[in-house]
Amino acid sequence: MMAYILRRVLYAGPILLGVNVLTFALFFLVNSPDDMAYMHLGERHVTATAVESWKAERGYHLPLFWNGEAAGAGTFKETIFFQKSLGLFAFDFGRSDSGRDIGYDIGQRMGPSLAIAVPVLLVGLAVNITFALVLVFFRATYVDVWGVVLCVALMSVSSLFYIIGGQFLIGKLLRLVPISGYDGGLDGLKFLVLPVVVGVVSGIGAGTRWYRTLFLEELGRDYVRTARAKGLPESVVLGRHVLHNALIPILTGVVVLLPLLFMGSLIIESFFGIPGLGSYTIDAILAQDFAIVRAMVFLGSVLYIVGLLLTDISYTLVDPRVRLG
Amino acid sequence: MWVILWTDALLYLLVGVALLGVWQVRRSPHLLENWCRVVRNPLGMAASVVLGVYGVIGLADSVHVRSAAAEGQVVSMLDVLLTPLRESTETSYSAPFATHGFTKVSVTHDDGTVSRAYPRLTHGGSHLERPQERGRDILVRALKALALAALVWLALAAAAAGRVARRRAAGWRAAVRIMAGGRDVLPWRALLVTVGVLLALLFLAVELAPRYHVLGTDKVGQDVFYQTLKSIRTGLVIGTLTTLVMLPFAIGLGVAAGYFGGLVDDVIQYVYTTLNSIPGVLLIAAAILTVQIYMANHADALGTLEDRADLRLLALCIILGITSWTGLCRLLRAETLKLREVEYVQASLGFGVSHTGIITRHVVPNLMHIVLITVALDFSGLVLAEAVLSYVNIGVDPTTNSWGNMINSSRLEMAREPVVWWNLAAAFVFMFTMVLAANVFADAVRDAFDPRRS
Repeated sequence: MMAYILRRVLYAGPILLGVNVLTFALFFLVNSPDDMAYMHLGERHVTATAVESWKAERGYHLPLFWNGEAAGAGTFKETIFFQKSLGLFAFDFGRSDSGRDIGYDIGQRMGPSLAIAVPVLLVGLAVNITFALVLVFFRATYVDVWGVVLCVALMSVSSLFYIIGGQFLIGKLLRLVPISGYDGGLDGLKFLVLPVVVGVVSGIGAGTRWYRTLFLEELGRDYVRTARAKGLPESVVLGRHVLHNALIPILTGVVVLLPLLFMGSLIIESFFGIPGLGSYTIDAILAQDFAIVRAMVFLGSVLYIVGLLLTDISYTLVDPRVRLG
Repeated sequence: MWVILWTDALLYLLVGVALLGVWQVRRSPHLLENWCRVVRNPLGMAASVVLGVYGVIGLADSVHVRSAAAEGQVVSMLDVLLTPLRESTETSYSAPFATHGFTKVSVTHDDGTVSRAYPRLTHGGSHLERPQERGRDILVRALKALALAALVWLALAAAAAGRVARRRAAGWRAAVRIMAGGRDVLPWRALLVTVGVLLALLFLAVELAPRYHVLGTDKVGQDVFYQTLKSIRTGLVIGTLTTLVMLPFAIGLGVAAGYFGGLVDDVIQYVYTTLNSIPGVLLIAAAILTVQIYMANHADALGTLEDRADLRLLALCIILGITSWTGLCRLLRAETLKLREVEYVQASLGFGVSHTGIITRHVVPNLMHIVLITVALDFSGLVLAEAVLSYVNIGVDPTTNSWGNMINSSRLEMAREPVVWWNLAAAFVFMFTMVLAANVFADAVRDAFDPRRS
């Protein structure tokens, strides 16, 4: 087990290096640092010295891969690639193009992101699984047929409409909770209600349908027939036997998402004005702050790979038949 | 003078490929059998009619000409058809079917006094002598349109019944009974209901849209109905061209990885694991941002405004394609691994058939059902993604008509008092209809082609 985990961690190295090189190529090779400087300082009326000082302030004045002027290890170390890209491996995110410490900002913003993402995940799971069980209980009746139709219809609505609709209905017409904003502690609870509700509702269609197929697959198995032959009522068959066995794919499907919860939800956070990592990313994209986007791409990849690793480990925990070797 | 934009050319290519596919299906009985299953599915059939209408509108919007009438602008066939809508702009917001503007402005009366009032619209309802006649006018015109639609529908239904009667060598009454009872091969009830609704909407639009702003006007006074019709093309282009970009990567690399194994497999797996580990939106954002800067710095070399907007749409499709091939690639790799061990492939290897021969004759045709199901399922997701990306400003060009841009611009209008709702509602209804039809159609295709589901 330990050997397996170690091997997987080592295998993550090349993948992260690949991510690193890819983002580096996207941000520095397609457009030179000069292009970025012109972009930020305005297209016209920019003197060459202004561009040079902009680059020097942010460390973009160095050569890309190879510094012929420096001595010794400096030929490799004093380059953009080493300082801007490889530094990410040590979680040294550097400073954003507007001069703020990215690492500090990320640490500050993880909390609000989790405050939205965790309730959305948990409540969403409970709601989706309950609805799916109801549909499966009434399978091959009109309840099931129309339930699935409703799921498909819910899936066909853009997430933007859920947010705008939710803000309009609950925030503006009913005036139950504030439309947007954030506050720490218990006072902030009223700000969280609407984003969580919207997040859960927008996932109901796809989630319910997915769990329904999962349960239906389990229903075809032998142990279900045995349970029915024992004379167990259908509710017990579903609630005990099917749900327990279906928990394995459900759990492992959730585990891969866990690390990514830190990244927050891009759209929901920016609509509801929550100072999390999702809105941080959006703001960076809108302000064309590439240092932040680079850092977030790297962080996202790390979290995804951690998620995959956790999934494999959780398989061995919930399903004794699986052995990692 | 014809103008062919890049996305136009690729759409034509796609239509060509689709026609080739139809020809291929007609020749092979087992494919025909699967498609017949789609055709027999009532919901799938209704959805494909709706999608067909969207497709026709989108294609009409993809034939561009440089029009002398419109001061040398590039306009599409759809623009030409909708000229009254395109040119009837107001000064600002107006509600659906309104005769007066939405906000008060200073109006100078004949006697020189100035007061605040709702101004009469220049185009919406301008054929009315008195605005009070509006209700009656709309009612009369709507009834006329519906009557015409009913006539055309009856003619179509009669033609269909005639066909059923001839094929079954039965009488008229028997044919109608068969169709109404749903006992024919085709799901006539679903088909005729859908066609009826669409015909009614078409005739209503033709009758009312040139005289009123049926879906109101937006902030700069443009007709919302026109905008949302123009947005159809953007949605279609993103949903289909992305697939066109994605397929060569997914099929080529997936088959190569599964078939050759070894080092090839390792490299390809590494590439898609790396791409896959970057969260989708971030990768798209990063790529679009770089393209944006590139285009801003090379604006002169990229042609006119329309060309640039079109190139940005194309760039979006390419980026979405490059970031989304990994899922299909993994599926195809796994399936190829299985197919490689199948007896007829082993036999071909023994007979000395070349690898290219085996791949093109035995492997790829047996993967096509997976490709088809994935393409159908991905379409709706891509249309929805466009809206989200446009909201983050990394979608299509702001000058391009798209549902994402419409939603984005109408977001703040919901906070106005009274609410400007028609912009958002129009984008919602048209987008929802298309995505729902695509989802239902994709389900029908999956049910017909997935061997595990029969």
